[in-house]
Amino acid sequence: MNNVFVFCEIDEGKVADVSQELLTKGRSLANELKCDLEAVILGHKIKNIEKDIAPYGADVVHIADDKRLEFFLTLPFASIIIDLFTKEKPQIALFGASTVGRDLAPRVSSALFSGLTADCTSLVIGDHEDKKAGKKYDNLLYQIRPAFGGNIIATIINPDCRPQMATVREGVMKKEIYKEDHKCKVKTIEVGSILTDADDAVKIIERHIEPRKIDIKKSQIIVSGGYGVGSKENFDKLFELAEVIGGEVGASRAAVDSGFVDHARQVGQTGVTVRPKLYIACGISGQVQHTAGMEESAMIIAINTDPSAPINKIADYVIEGDVGVVIPRMIEAYRKNSK
Amino acid sequence: MKGLRIVVLAKQVPDTRNVGKDAMKADGTVNRAALPAIFNPEDLNALEQALRIKDKYPGTIVTILTMGPGRAAEVVREGMYRGADGGYLLTDRAFAGSDTLATSYAISCAIKKIGCDIVIAGRQAIDGDTAQVGPQVAEKLGLPQVTYAEDVQKIEKNFVIIKRRLERGVELVSTPIPCVITVNATAPESRVRNAKALMKFKHAKTITELQGADEDYIKMHDDRPYLRIEELSVADVEADTKWLGLSGSPTKVKTIQNVVFAAKEAKRLTSDKEEINALMNELLANHTLGN
Ligand SMILES: Cc1cc2nc3c(=O)[nH]c(=O)nc-3n(C[C@H](O)[C@H](O)[C@H](O)COP(=O)(O)OP(=O)(O)OC[C@H]3O[C@@H](n4cnc5c(N)ncnc54)[C@H](O)[C@@H]3O)c2cc1C
Ligand SMILES: Cc1cc2nc3c(=O)[nH]c(=O)nc-3n(C[C@H](O)[C@H](O)[C@H](O)COP(=O)(O)OP(=O)(O)OC[C@H]3O[C@@H](n4cnc5c(N)ncnc54)[C@H](O)[C@@H]3O)c2cc1C
Repeated sequence: MNNVFVFCEIDEGKVADVSQELLTKGRSLANELKCDLEAVILGHKIKNIEKDIAPYGADVVHIADDKRLEFFLTLPFASIIIDLFTKEKPQIALFGASTVGRDLAPRVSSALFSGLTADCTSLVIGDHEDKKAGKKYDNLLYQIRPAFGGNIIATIINPDCRPQMATVREGVMKKEIYKEDHKCKVKTIEVGSILTDADDAVKIIERHIEPRKIDIKKSQIIVSGGYGVGSKENFDKLFELAEVIGGEVGASRAAVDSGFVDHARQVGQTGVTVRPKLYIACGISGQVQHTAGMEESAMIIAINTDPSAPINKIADYVIEGDVGVVIPRMIEAYRKNSK
Repeated sequence: MKGLRIVVLAKQVPDTRNVGKDAMKADGTVNRAALPAIFNPEDLNALEQALRIKDKYPGTIVTILTMGPGRAAEVVREGMYRGADGGYLLTDRAFAGSDTLATSYAISCAIKKIGCDIVIAGRQAIDGDTAQVGPQVAEKLGLPQVTYAEDVQKIEKNFVIIKRRLERGVELVSTPIPCVITVNATAPESRVRNAKALMKFKHAKTITELQGADEDYIKMHDDRPYLRIEELSVADVEADTKWLGLSGSPTKVKTIQNVVFAAKEAKRLTSDKEEINALMNELLANHTLGN
C-alpha cells in the first residue's frame, strides 16, 4: 500500500530502457518517501525477467505471464493494471511515454479517476498549500512538463486522487544500477481471474517491428548536424569527428528530411531526447522542437555561420563559422592534443 | 454496408508551432494572444480518415464535435467546408479549468447524446500536448481504442481494420464497432476546402452567433436547418458538474513558467585554427573529451 509503482515494458524480449530509467527514478522517490518500489511487468514467457528489474532497486515485482499478453493490447493490459492498482493503492505510478505507455496510462487513469501528467521532464517531491480550501499537503509529486509546444513549463500536482500518475519519455531520466544483488520479491498476477472475453475485442493481424539499430542516446558525446551541413557527403566529416572523439552522430529533422541521415538519429520532439556530456550542434538553427530533445546536455557547442542563430542562446561555446571548415580543424586539433 | 455515424473530435488550438519573434513579449515569454487559433493539426488527419470512410461507404455521416469557447465554432465550420456533414459545439462555463479527465468526461457525455459508431480523434493537441483525451474518452464510453492510427483500411462486417504507426514499425489491428480511433500526423493530410461545401455552409452558425442578426438572416436559418451548428451545454448532455471543471480535474496546474529565451553567456569563438585548438585543449583538460 502507498508504494511507488513502475510499469515496465518489454522491448525485444528485454525490459525496455525507459522502464529501467523509471525504476532508477522511482527508487529515489521511494527512498525520499520512505516506502517501497514495486514494478509490474506483463508478457509471455518472461520467466526470470525480474533479474533485469531488481538491480534497479525494485523491492517487489508483479509478473503476469500469459499468452494473451505476448504483445501489447490496450484492453487486457489495462484490465490487469487497473485491478492491481485498485488492490495495491500506489501513491505514485510511472509509465514510459512510449506508444505503449501513452496508450495505456490514460485509460488506466480514467478508470481510476486518478489524473495523469504527460511527458514529464522532471519529478520531485514537494509540499503544497491550497489556501482557498485551507488544506496543506505534504510530499506530493511535482510533475514538471513542457506544454504549449515547449514554450512553457508547467508544474502539475494531483493533491487528492491516487495514484499520482505520470509518463516520462525515454532518455529523460538516467538509469543506474542501485544494487546488483538487490533483494526483490516476485508476486504472480493471476491473469485468468482478471481477463474476460471482452478484453479480446481488438486483435493484432500483422506486426512489423524493426530491430533497434542506431541508438544515440547511450552516447556521452553527440555530434549533431542540421540543414546547414549541406549534404550527405558533408555529414561524413561529422561521422569522422564523432568516431575520433568517441561519440555518435545526431541530426535535426531538417537534415533527416533532406535525406542526409537516418531518422533514428533525429534529436528533438519527434526524435529522441538526449542528455549527453557534450552536444556539438553543427549547422542547426535551434528551433524549440529540436532543443526540446537536447537542452539538458551538460555542455553545448554551437557551430553556425549566423551569429544570432537561436541555438547560440543555449550554447556554452559558440563558434561562428562554416561547419565545413570548423569540423576538420576540430579533428586535427583533437588528434594533435590527445596524444 | 450501411452508412456509419462518425464523430470527429476537433480542438481549436493556438498555433504553438511557429512561435516567431512577434509572438514573443519583451521579457522573452510567449504572447499567447498573438498566436492564431487553428484547427489542431492531427485532428485534420482524423477528419481525412473519416471522410475517406464516407467516400467508401455512402450514407456515412461525419459530424464534428468540438469543446471550447464560442469561437471554436470556427473549427466546426472548417470541418464542414472540407466535407463533414455537420457539427456540434460543446460549450459551457462549467468546463473551465478542466484537465484531460474532465474534458474526456464532457466529450463522452456529448458523444452519448449525439450517438455514433466510430469516434475519430487526433492523437494529440499541440497546446496541452498530452495525447490523453482519445484513450480517456474510449474508457469513459467503455469502448475499445486504437491509437496511433495511420490508415483506416477497411470496414468489414462490423470490424474496422486499421494500420497503426509505432515507434519502430507498423501493426495491423482489427477492432469491433463501436470504437475510438486516434490518428497520427503520419496519416494522409486533410483534403482542402471544397467549393460546393463552402457555398453551402458559409452561413452555418451557432445560436449564439445568430444573436443580433436581422430577420431575413434568421429566416434563412429557419428554412435551412443544416446551417445550424448545434450548441450543447452541460444540461443538454446530462453531465454531472461534479466531474467537470476544477472539481472534476484531479490534476492541478501549480505553477506555469514561460520559457524565457534569454541570452545565456556563451563563449564566442571564430573558426580560427588557434582558437579551435585552444577549445579542444580546454575540453580535454576538463575531461569533457578523452577520459
Ligand atoms: C500547461 C498545461 C499543462 C497541462 N498538463 C496536463 C496534464 O499533464 N494532464 C492533464 O490531464 N491535463 C493537463 N492540462 C489540461 C489539458 O490541456 C486540457 O484538459 C485540454 O483541454 C485537453 O488536453 P490536450 O490539449 O492535451 O488534448 P489531447 O489529449 O492531446 O488531445 C487529443 C485529441 O483529443 C481531442 N480533443 C482534445 N480536446 C478537445 C476539445 N476540447 N474538443 C474536441 N476534441 C478535443 C482532439 O481530437 C485531440 O487531437 C494541461 C493544461 C495546460 C495549460
Ligand atoms: C510538430 C513538429 C515536430 C518537430 N520535431 C522536430 C524534431 O524532433 N527535431 C528537430 O530537429 N526538428 C523538429 N521539427 C522541425 C523544427 O521546427 C525545425 O524546422 C528544424 O529543427 C530545423 O532544422 P535545422 O536547424 O537543421 O535547419 P534550419 O532551421 O534550416 O537551420 C540551418 C542552420 O544552419 C546554419 N548554416 C547554414 N549553412 C551553414 C554552414 N555552412 N556552416 C554552419 N552553419 C550553417 C544556418 O545559419 C541555420 O542556423 C519539428 C517541427 C514540428 C512542427
